Amino acid sequence: MAACTVLVTPLLYVNKQSSLFYYKACNIHRQCVTKKISTSVSRCSSQADPQKKSRPHELVGVVGLEIHAQIQSNTKLFSGSKVGFSAPPNSLVSFFDASLPGTLPVLNRRCVEAAVMTALALNCTINKKSFFDRKHYFYADLPAGYQITQQRRAVAVDGQLAYSLLGGRKRNQIQSRTVRIKQIQLEQDSGKSLHDDQRSQTLIDLNRAGVGLMELVMEPDMSCGEQAAAAVRELQLVLQALGTCQGNMSEGQLRVDANVSVHRPGEELGVRTEVKNINSARFLSRAIDYEIQRQIGALGRGEAVLNETRTYDSKSGHTIPMRDKEGLQDYRFMPEPNLPPLVVYEDRGSVPAGLLGAEGVVVLEGLREGLPELPSVKRARLVRSYGLLPEHSFTLVNEDGLMEYFEAVVKETRKEPRKLIGWVTNELLGHLKHHNLSVSKCPVSPSALAELLELQEAGHISSTVAKQVLGEMWRDPGRRAPEVVREQDLGLVCDSSDLQRVCQRVLDSHPDLVRALQEGNKKVLNRLMGLVQKETKGRADPVLVRSLLEEKTS
Amino acid sequence: MLGIHQIYGRRRVQLNIILPLLCRYYYASRTDNMLSTNVKTLRKTRNTPSRPVTVARLYSSNKHNSKVPKVPTWEPLGEDRIPSLPQVSSDLVDKLERLALVDFRTKEGLVCLERAIRFADHLNMVDTTGVEPMDSVLEHGQLFLRGDTVTEGDCAEKLLPLSNTTVEEYFVAPPGNIPLPRREERASMLKHSEF
Repeated sequence: MAACTVLVTPLLYVNKQSSLFYYKACNIHRQCVTKKISTSVSRCSSQADPQKKSRPHELVGVVGLEIHAQIQSNTKLFSGSKVGFSAPPNSLVSFFDASLPGTLPVLNRRCVEAAVMTALALNCTINKKSFFDRKHYFYADLPAGYQITQQRRAVAVDGQLAYSLLGGRKRNQIQSRTVRIKQIQLEQDSGKSLHDDQRSQTLIDLNRAGVGLMELVMEPDMSCGEQAAAAVRELQLVLQALGTCQGNMSEGQLRVDANVSVHRPGEELGVRTEVKNINSARFLSRAIDYEIQRQIGALGRGEAVLNETRTYDSKSGHTIPMRDKEGLQDYRFMPEPNLPPLVVYEDRGSVPAGLLGAEGVVVLEGLREGLPELPSVKRARLVRSYGLLPEHSFTLVNEDGLMEYFEAVVKETRKEPRKLIGWVTNELLGHLKHHNLSVSKCPVSPSALAELLELQEAGHISSTVAKQVLGEMWRDPGRRAPEVVREQDLGLVCDSSDLQRVCQRVLDSHPDLVRALQEGNKKVLNRLMGLVQKETKGRADPVLVRSLLEEKTS
Repeated sequence: MLGIHQIYGRRRVQLNIILPLLCRYYYASRTDNMLSTNVKTLRKTRNTPSRPVTVARLYSSNKHNSKVPKVPTWEPLGEDRIPSLPQVSSDLVDKLERLALVDFRTKEGLVCLERAIRFADHLNMVDTTGVEPMDSVLEHGQLFLRGDTVTEGDCAEKLLPLSNTTVEEYFVAPPGNIPLPRREERASMLKHSEF
């Protein structure tokens, strides 16, 4: 009887403890669930739980983007003045850019090549003959009163941009989507105006006036901010890979205007509003989501959506109507009389004799062959050659320079790339993001990281210790992994007699756990291992400890 | 600005008187082999001259081979054959003034505009099926593509003095587009101006 009671009480004790544990676990789970609910509201319906189907009569957003990408060239589109950022005001302006009478436009070959290369990378049809037009409107930063653009026939039409979204609960499912590109055209940029509200004047700087822009008009194939941001990110990567645009949204090299409307699926498109003044991909997705919600709210209240231009205020996260510009603008498009049509030749054979050999000819064949490796091809190559998962290659290509870092580490270590990728994408990237650094400024060089991982692979240190050492190396860039390990004596304790003693000590001090283990509760083993690790300060080889404990308690 | 137009107007009037006199001085009714043999008798209408005009250079030894046809090859259209155009409404005129910053100040200006449109309507009589519209006389020319080297710029010291006001090397402009005053306000504004 006594024995029975002795047996029963520990059971009760264990049950109570485990019930406490269960309650705590429940709470944590509930917190996780609520956290998930709050974030899923901002995601679009395509991201939702697959079991929940979106109701057919709900309003969905429709988003089309107009992207202006500043062409990376030495000179401007129609004049020979330099293209630069942060130069003294009005110092990079020629007589044509200032629209002095008697000046004529002369087209820059590099800009045409940039537009054609971008069109080829996006699978567009190149128009062999395209025309230039004038778009007239009055504004102080447009000195001529018109902008030379291509409205009748653009350089390229009908393309496609394929982009991927990281979806699913753990953001590890790749969703591939495409957006159609209506056209790519060449146009001039306007100058920069700095508004001085105190003195009620605007200061005009014409350094940017006349710089070549590629306008990419996308069809309204997207339905929420996340998709738009992913598409823009992919476009940035493509343009940077081609070298036609640096794609820096904050510096104004890539400007995105979003056309947002809502409608019920199956019905015709609703009234759209244009959202301007978006300076980063994050703001883009927020602005679009806010605008969609605003329009749904307005329609729900019975108000109509106005066809207007709104500006995004990043501080408040709202879109605000811009100062109304006298209703709908009539741009009075007119063919540019000073520029004959732009002809792009398919191959050297179709160039008329007399022009061959001259610099002033754009030939598609040569450009097609000279296209560099596009991001999608890069990702496929990574997956193929290193056996990575698609979402890993996505992360590698997404961060500037991370792919080169990864390849450098792979070269210097015997570790398998699959195991290595976790270190690079989670640990290293985590540190970089935490300290807000780019890969080029990473204090840990690829060889240092390779050395550390070699130690871990060879079994000299455990993975938790390796993470600790990485932290140390981050703080003090000069030190190498073996030094740190030696100094802080973090090497794995492999000496089995030492470990035996530690295990025995732990087992002796927790007889109840031993008994629970012997009764069949396997989870207690983890607790015991945790205790052993605490004793050895994390230096015990987990595999050895586990086997020792199992041996001792069997 | 209007003052200059007035000066040109006067000069044009003078030219209008002088030039025909000069032309008549050169009239020569030469009957040598330069005249074409298929001179048709002209219909006497108000748009055609009363006798064939040949212009010759007095002291030139070359036989002048004029490309101008001896008789007009076109025939005038009757007003009724031009398709009629609806009247130009004042809203349209307002919009045109706002877009192009042109001033149709008076009723005569509007009448002039309507007659100009009527004159351009003659083009509707031409059959253009299958013919591509022309952009400019240079449209079959070769578009020259320039290489990407810096050849211009760095002339701020020449450009900035062109503006009345500059602030630290920036051009100065009003804070936004100043909206064109409405028609009634404009009329009163201009009444007090020197034009």
